[in-house]
Amino acid sequence: MRAATRPSWRRHVPGRVRARIVTAVTISTVGGLAVAPPAWAGVITPESGGSANADSIAGLYRIVLIIAAVIFCAVAGTLVFFLVRYRARRGRVASQIRGNTRLEIAWTGGAALILVVLAALTFTRLHGIVTPAASGDAAGAIFATVDQPRAPGGHALHIKITGRQFVWRFDYPNGAYSYEELEVPINTTVVVDIYALDVNHSWWVPKLGGKFEAIPGYVNHTWFKITAPGVFTGQCAELCGQHHAQMIATVRAVPLEAWKSWVTRQKQLIARAKVDDQVNKARLDSRAGAAQVESP
Amino acid sequence: MATYLASVPQIVTHRAEREPRGWTSWVTTTDHKRIGILYLVTSFVFFMVGGAEALLMRSQLALPNNTLIGAEQYNQLVTMHGTTMIFLFVIPVWAGFANYMVPLMIGARDMAFPRLNALSYWLFVAGGVVFYSSVLWNPPDAGWFSYTPLSNGTYSPTAGQDAWIYVIHLTGIASAIGAINIVVTIASMRAPGMGWGRLPLFCWGVLTQAIMLIVAIPVIAAAVTMLLTDRHFHTCYFDPRCGGSSLLWQHLFWFFGHPEVYIMILPGFGVISEVLPVFARKPIFGYKAIAASTVGIAFLSVLVWAHHMFTAPIPLVVLAFFMISSMAIAVPTGVKVINWVATLWRGTILFRTPLYFACGFLVLFTLGGLSGVMLAIFPVDWQLHGSYFVVAHFHFVLVAGAVSAVMAAVYYWFPKMTGRMLSEPLGKLSFWLQFVGFLVTFGIQHSLGLSGMPRRVYTYNADTGWGTDNLISTIGAFILATGVLLTVLNVMRSLKRGVPAGPDPWKANTLEWLCVSPPPAHNFDVIPRVTSVEPLRDLRAQVARADRDGDVAGTAGALPGVGLRVARSTNVRGGEHV
Repeated sequence: MRAATRPSWRRHVPGRVRARIVTAVTISTVGGLAVAPPAWAGVITPESGGSANADSIAGLYRIVLIIAAVIFCAVAGTLVFFLVRYRARRGRVASQIRGNTRLEIAWTGGAALILVVLAALTFTRLHGIVTPAASGDAAGAIFATVDQPRAPGGHALHIKITGRQFVWRFDYPNGAYSYEELEVPINTTVVVDIYALDVNHSWWVPKLGGKFEAIPGYVNHTWFKITAPGVFTGQCAELCGQHHAQMIATVRAVPLEAWKSWVTRQKQLIARAKVDDQVNKARLDSRAGAAQVESP
Repeated sequence: MATYLASVPQIVTHRAEREPRGWTSWVTTTDHKRIGILYLVTSFVFFMVGGAEALLMRSQLALPNNTLIGAEQYNQLVTMHGTTMIFLFVIPVWAGFANYMVPLMIGARDMAFPRLNALSYWLFVAGGVVFYSSVLWNPPDAGWFSYTPLSNGTYSPTAGQDAWIYVIHLTGIASAIGAINIVVTIASMRAPGMGWGRLPLFCWGVLTQAIMLIVAIPVIAAAVTMLLTDRHFHTCYFDPRCGGSSLLWQHLFWFFGHPEVYIMILPGFGVISEVLPVFARKPIFGYKAIAASTVGIAFLSVLVWAHHMFTAPIPLVVLAFFMISSMAIAVPTGVKVINWVATLWRGTILFRTPLYFACGFLVLFTLGGLSGVMLAIFPVDWQLHGSYFVVAHFHFVLVAGAVSAVMAAVYYWFPKMTGRMLSEPLGKLSFWLQFVGFLVTFGIQHSLGLSGMPRRVYTYNADTGWGTDNLISTIGAFILATGVLLTVLNVMRSLKRGVPAGPDPWKANTLEWLCVSPPPAHNFDVIPRVTSVEPLRDLRAQVARADRDGDVAGTAGALPGVGLRVARSTNVRGGEHV
C-alpha cells in the first residue's frame, strides 16, 4: 500500500510498534483473566469456593472465557480495523473479491478445531464435577450407606431435598427434617436427591456447584462437600409460581459434633410439635363438633 | 446529505395503474407489498407494547425490595413480554420484510398464493387480539415456555393460559401458511436466469427459515393441543399424577423452541449479507459459503434442543451429545461472521445508517455467540442455566442480533417502500443510543447471573448485592428504548418529509432496486434476464457501456421490450445517496 493512502496514524506508528501493541494487549487480556483474583467471582466468573465441584466449574469457565475473549478481540479488532482502514475516500476503488476457498476452508477448520479442544477439555474435567468427592473420616462412622455407594469410600451423607411452592424441605437420613435451611457437617460429602411435589423447581446454591431441576415424577442428583463452617445461600432457579422469588435456600455447614446435636434437637422439636399438633387437633375437633362450624 | 455522483444512469419503469385508496383497500388487499407493510406496522406496534412491558419489569428491578409491581403482575409481564416479542414481533416482522422484498428480489409480480398471504396476516392479527384480550381478565403467567405442571389446570386455572395456547396456534398457522407461500414463490417464480446460485442471500435466509417453520410449527402445535386437552378434557400427557411426563413437554417445546431461535435470526443474517456488500461497494465474500452455512445451521438447529434442558434429570451421555451438537452449530455461524468481516476487507466503506446497524450486529452477535458456546458446555451451564447470564445471552442474539438486523433492514429498504430517505443524523443517533443502551442493559446482566441472580424473580433482597448492577441495567434499558423510539420518530417524520429517494439510492445490486420507489402494484414492467448474483450491477454496467458508445438501441437493449425509460441520475431528484 502506498504511503500516501495510509491513514495518518499508520504513518506515525511503525509496524514494529504496532505488532508490540497487539501482543501487549493480547497478553494482558489473557494474563489478566488467567490470574483473575477470586474477588472477580460473580463479576466475570461464576461463584465458587464452597465446594470442589463449584471450583472445577469455575476453572473450566475461566479457560473458556479466555478463549472466547481472544476470539472476540480478534473478530472485533479486525472489524474495527477494516472499518477505519477501508473507509471510502476519493480515488480509492474497492477490490472486487468474491471469496477465497482456501481461506474459507481454513477458518471453517479453525473454528471446528477450537470447539474440539473445548469439548475435549470439558470431558477431561467432567469427572471432578460429576463424581462426588471422597468424604472425610468422621462422618463415615455414622452415616455409611450400603445400598447407595455413590461417593468413594461410601461415607456420604444422603439428603432428600423436596421442592414445593414456595419452600424447600430437607429430609435427613435419621428421620429429622427441616425447611428452608439445610444443616450439614463439614468435611462430609453430601449427596443430594432432588424431588418436586407440585411444579418444577430448580435447586441452586451457586457456591456449592451447579443447579439441578426438581421435576415431579423424577429424581435428580448432585453433591457437594464443604470444608469450612459457613452459610451458603441460593434460591429456586425455575419459575414455579407467584412467590418464586421468595423460595430461598440456605445451607449451613457446622462441625460434626455441632451438627449431631442440632439433629438431636431438631428431632425433639419435631416430636414436641407433633404432640402439640395432636392436642390442638383434638381441641379443634371437639369444638367443631359442639358448634357445628362449617368446614372451609 | 444527498451527494450527487455524476452520470450513472438509472433505469425507471412506468407506473401503470392507479393505486387503490382508502382503508377498505388495505383490509381487502392481496398485494404482497401492502400485506408486507401491514405486517411491519402491526408487528412494530407489538414491539412497542413488548418494550413497554420490558421497561416496567426493569423499573421494578431497579431497586431491591421494590414494590412498583407485585409478584403476580410481574409473572404476567414476563410471560407477555417473551410471547409478544417472539410470536408477535420478531417472526411477523420478518414475515413483513419477506413478503415485501422476496417477490421484488427474485423478479416476481406477487407471491405464489396472494389470498393465502392475506389469510396468513389476518390469522396473525387474530392471534394478537386473542392474546392481548386476556389483559382484560387474567393474563397468562407461566412464562413464555409455559412448563407443565405450572401451566396445567391445577396451577394455572385462569383462561390466560388458554389465550397463550391460542396465540401459539394462530400465529403458528399464520407462519406455516406464510412459509409454504414463500417456499413455493422462491422455488417457482424466480426471474429467468436466476438459478439457485444467483438467489439473493436474503432470500436464502428467508427460504431456509420457511422450511424450518414447516418442520417446527407442527411440533409446537401438537404440544399446545396436548396441553389444551390436559387442561380441559382430563387427558394426561404432561401430568405426573396420572402417569404423564412433564419432561415430555420440555422435549416437545424445545424441539420447536430451538429451531425457533434460528427462525428469528436467519432472515437477519440475510439482511446483513445484503447490506454489507452494498456499503463496502464490493461483492459478498464467499456467497456459496454463506448460503451453505445458512442451510447447515438449519439442519443442526433441530439437533440441539436439549441444551435448554441441561439441568433436567437426563443421562450424562445425552448431555454430551447435545453439548457437541450445540458447539457444532457455532462452526457455520462463525464462518458467516468471518465472511461478513472479510466482505469489508479492501472495500470502500460508506458509513450510512444500515451499515452502522450491520456492524453493531457483528460486534454484539459475536458476543452473544461466544456466550452461547459457554452455555453449550453443560457443566458450565449448570451454573449459568436459568440465571441472568442466560437472559443476557439470548438478548445478545435476539435484540442485538435480530433487532439490529431489523433496524438495518428498516433503514436499508425504507426508501424502496416509501420513496423517501430516512434521516441519516437521526438514524445514527438512534444507532448509538441503541448500541450503548444495549451494552449497558445486557452486558451487566452477565455479572448478575454469575453472582447468582435467577431469571424471572420479581424482587430481591438488598443483602444479595444485586442492587447496583440492576440499577445500571435499568438505566441502560431506558437509553435503549430512547434509541428505538428515535427510529420510530424518524420513520413517521420521513414518510412525509424525507428526501425523495429515487429508484436506487444505495446503488445496490439486487432486483428490487430496478423498479420505482415505491414499486407499482405489478412491480416490474419488464423482468430482466439475470446473469449473475448482482443483476442490477450488470444492468448498470450494460447501460453505461451502451451510453458511452452512443448506442441508443443498446441502452434499451439492456432491458428488452416494453416501456423502458432511462433517466440519468442528474434528472432524478435525490437520485443517489451513497
